[in-house]
Amino acid sequence: MDAESARTALHRFGLGPRPGDIEKIASDPRGALLAELGTTDIAILDDADLPNTSQGFIAIRDYQMDRRLKRDTEKKVQAEMAAMSATGPSGAPVAPMPGMTAMAAGEIASAAPKPKADVPTPPSVPQAYYRDEIDARTARQRAVSIGFVERLVLFWTNHFAVQADKDEMVRGLAGAFEREAIRPFVLGRFEDMLVAATRHPAMLLSLDNAGSIGPDSRAGKKRDRGLNENHARELLELHTIGVDGGYSQSDVTAFARILTGWTFERNVERADAGVFRFQPNLHEPGDQTVMGKVYRADVDYPVGNEGQGLSILHDLAVHPATARHIAGKLARHFVADDPPQALVDRIAAKFTSSGGDLKAIAETLVRSDEAWAPGRKFTTPQRFLTASIRALDVDLEAQRVIQFLNVLGQPYWTPPSPEGFHDDAGTWLAPDGLTSRLDIADRLAQQAALASDPMAWTVDILGVGASQETVQAIRRAESARQAAALLVMSPEFQWS
Amino acid sequence: MEHAMNANDGLLRPSRRLFLAGAGAFVAWAQMPRFAFAGTRDPRFVVVILRGALDGLAVVPPIADPEYPELRGDLAIGSPGQGGTLPLGGFFALNDAMPNLHARYQKREALIVHAAASAYRDRSHFDGQDVLESGMAGPRMSRDGWLNRAADALPKGGAVRPTEGLAVSATVPLVLRGRAPVFTWMPAGLQPAGMDTADRLMDLYTHADPELGRVFSAGRMVDKMAAGGSQIKGGGLDVNFRRISVGAARLLAEEDGPRLAALSYDGWDTHANEGPEDGRLGKLLAALDGALDGLAAELAPVWSDTVVAVMTEFGRTARTNGTEGTDHGTATTAFLMGGAVKGGRVLADWPGLKPSQLYQGRDLAATTDLRGVLKGVLRDHLGISEATLSTRIFPDSIGVKPIDDLIA
Repeated sequence: MDAESARTALHRFGLGPRPGDIEKIASDPRGALLAELGTTDIAILDDADLPNTSQGFIAIRDYQMDRRLKRDTEKKVQAEMAAMSATGPSGAPVAPMPGMTAMAAGEIASAAPKPKADVPTPPSVPQAYYRDEIDARTARQRAVSIGFVERLVLFWTNHFAVQADKDEMVRGLAGAFEREAIRPFVLGRFEDMLVAATRHPAMLLSLDNAGSIGPDSRAGKKRDRGLNENHARELLELHTIGVDGGYSQSDVTAFARILTGWTFERNVERADAGVFRFQPNLHEPGDQTVMGKVYRADVDYPVGNEGQGLSILHDLAVHPATARHIAGKLARHFVADDPPQALVDRIAAKFTSSGGDLKAIAETLVRSDEAWAPGRKFTTPQRFLTASIRALDVDLEAQRVIQFLNVLGQPYWTPPSPEGFHDDAGTWLAPDGLTSRLDIADRLAQQAALASDPMAWTVDILGVGASQETVQAIRRAESARQAAALLVMSPEFQWS
Repeated sequence: MEHAMNANDGLLRPSRRLFLAGAGAFVAWAQMPRFAFAGTRDPRFVVVILRGALDGLAVVPPIADPEYPELRGDLAIGSPGQGGTLPLGGFFALNDAMPNLHARYQKREALIVHAAASAYRDRSHFDGQDVLESGMAGPRMSRDGWLNRAADALPKGGAVRPTEGLAVSATVPLVLRGRAPVFTWMPAGLQPAGMDTADRLMDLYTHADPELGRVFSAGRMVDKMAAGGSQIKGGGLDVNFRRISVGAARLLAEEDGPRLAALSYDGWDTHANEGPEDGRLGKLLAALDGALDGLAAELAPVWSDTVVAVMTEFGRTARTNGTEGTDHGTATTAFLMGGAVKGGRVLADWPGLKPSQLYQGRDLAATTDLRGVLKGVLRDHLGISEATLSTRIFPDSIGVKPIDDLIA
């Protein structure tokens, strides 16, 4: 390990250095990453202020019911008043006078208490949750010393992507999904994460399985509703064996039948509201064949028909194609858009031999020399923003994080498709993206809390290997603010 | 303050933890000045910092100095046959990119200080701004700024207390950092980075990373087209400069608003293609002129009680360099503007431009200490005693006398 390795550890595997971080791990950068993986509960994010999925679900439902009630009442009042104004004292309809309708509507509008124009409307409950979850992430990201585990959390959350713009329930629960379905397993077993993610209400809503009904189930026979294949397809294509994993349309359909009944409790009066629940009523009866294997109904499974699904998830988790799919994705994410095949093979082998032990896989990545080779991985917007607020010691509130990531095109938990965000240069190295990064860098630079010598923090953040051109540009900056903006825009900061 | 905040920026929410960075930062000090002046006046004081080192010789050229045309060559605006200036009634002229300032000067509401400098004599922007804002005799000697200490030292009567609930943050410029309560404000929306920063980044990419360079260059082109040909996205410099000053002025004009403010404008480091008339400096000056005019217009009701002080960390070389620009120098110009200013004059003990008269043979020499100007303003406009000014506000400056008669 040379002097550059500490920088690589922080920029490539971590969230980027804060002043002093490079020096702290300089003696053994690889050991520092491994030590972080070995820290008890490091992936857990427990915040008493953040609701769990059940609490969040109930609060969002209550909020939605309230809102509907208000709207219904308003509509009713408006309809009544409109009826009154269209009726003369005798009860006979009067010919509407010009402008009368508009006037009446105006009166009704002014009768209802209007929010003052200069008071910003408070965020909705789901939006407030979304914000608070982001605040908690930002605080965690600024607090951790390397952030390798946080990077893994981001990777796996993006792998099991929910889409917060699907509806406001998913938006409000996206953070809880990450805390409950991803973080506890990020250094655990892949199969456990797969099951937890598949069962989580945010995922069941995002990929529509919550509403998927077996056509021949008890509920399906009564109602004219049926299968939704979305979740089953993405489980194969995205979450496990990959698009080339060797499945057909009939496999997808059979898998979708297996997953019927995987939903969650929607009755807010019940104690398990917002919690996963297997509903036998919705489950398609019978054996199903997926990729040549028969998944028997009922009898073989300890937990009734839910076992049919658990059984196939187990098979998918240990499938060699899943190991290859995950290994390639992980190497691409951390090392290079086109990673060395030897590295991918080694990670895949470890995935298989360890039974999907995600900590062992992360260790294999770090222990591989290929992963430390000089490379060029363009930072994604989220990584850029996080690394910038760490480098410049900026306390950025969620509203700003949301605004900046929207501008850059990578808002939290809102990928354009269930595939998640891409992480290659082809996606992010774009003209508008780069000029927007500068605007944001400039804004952050105004908030930077930095010692007065820009050259000192250049070494602190970029290490001793920064190019002469970068050092000179920062040294010659006309203000500390400009120096800070150039620092985070430098090639050394944009590539890892 | 609630009304002013909401009217200007929905982002001001003092109830939550701290957020906003400021190009503008204010000291909020409710009712303070009325007590200080027994209810007769309610003074406002605005400090405008031009970061990057303003070329005083290009803003207020000494057109009657015989050395000037040769030193400045093609940049010698105002010398015979060159045009580009507005008369200031004799030895000096004003760059004609600043017609509004000129009009204020003629109305005796603007005063120009020339050959002035802070206590700093080296040429680092970072250290120069540190000294300018800290008010100390040298760089990195203090973690708080003279304007904050001035706020803290303002005469307080009775039980007057600072406004509660306003933000204190690490985002405040050094000049305003310190014990007195401060809150920050910025125009809503994402402001585009300055043209100068973008130019420098382009230069860095060109030399260090052509791939980023190509992409960034394309991005700037797109922004320029989208902005209808103006240099930067989100409108030109003029629009962005003005947004900051007008927003600040609205807050300052409020009955219960802040009374002291600091704004800063970047981009004055004109090493190349300075173009005092219609080049980069000309555009910056025009934008500054518009911003100051916007500030004055918004502050009209309280203009007679207002002083705006415009200053920079140091000046630029007397001679032009090899790239039609100027390098880091020493003395430069500063401005005082406002209804409370005894204006219509240039305050200068002109050191001359002969090689032997230049500081270290290259810069306009400093004959006026900027601290003397600021002391004069703080004493006569805000009522801070001379002893306090020389010990607390500008420590170790007993030898720098406040300049008299700056305030009407």
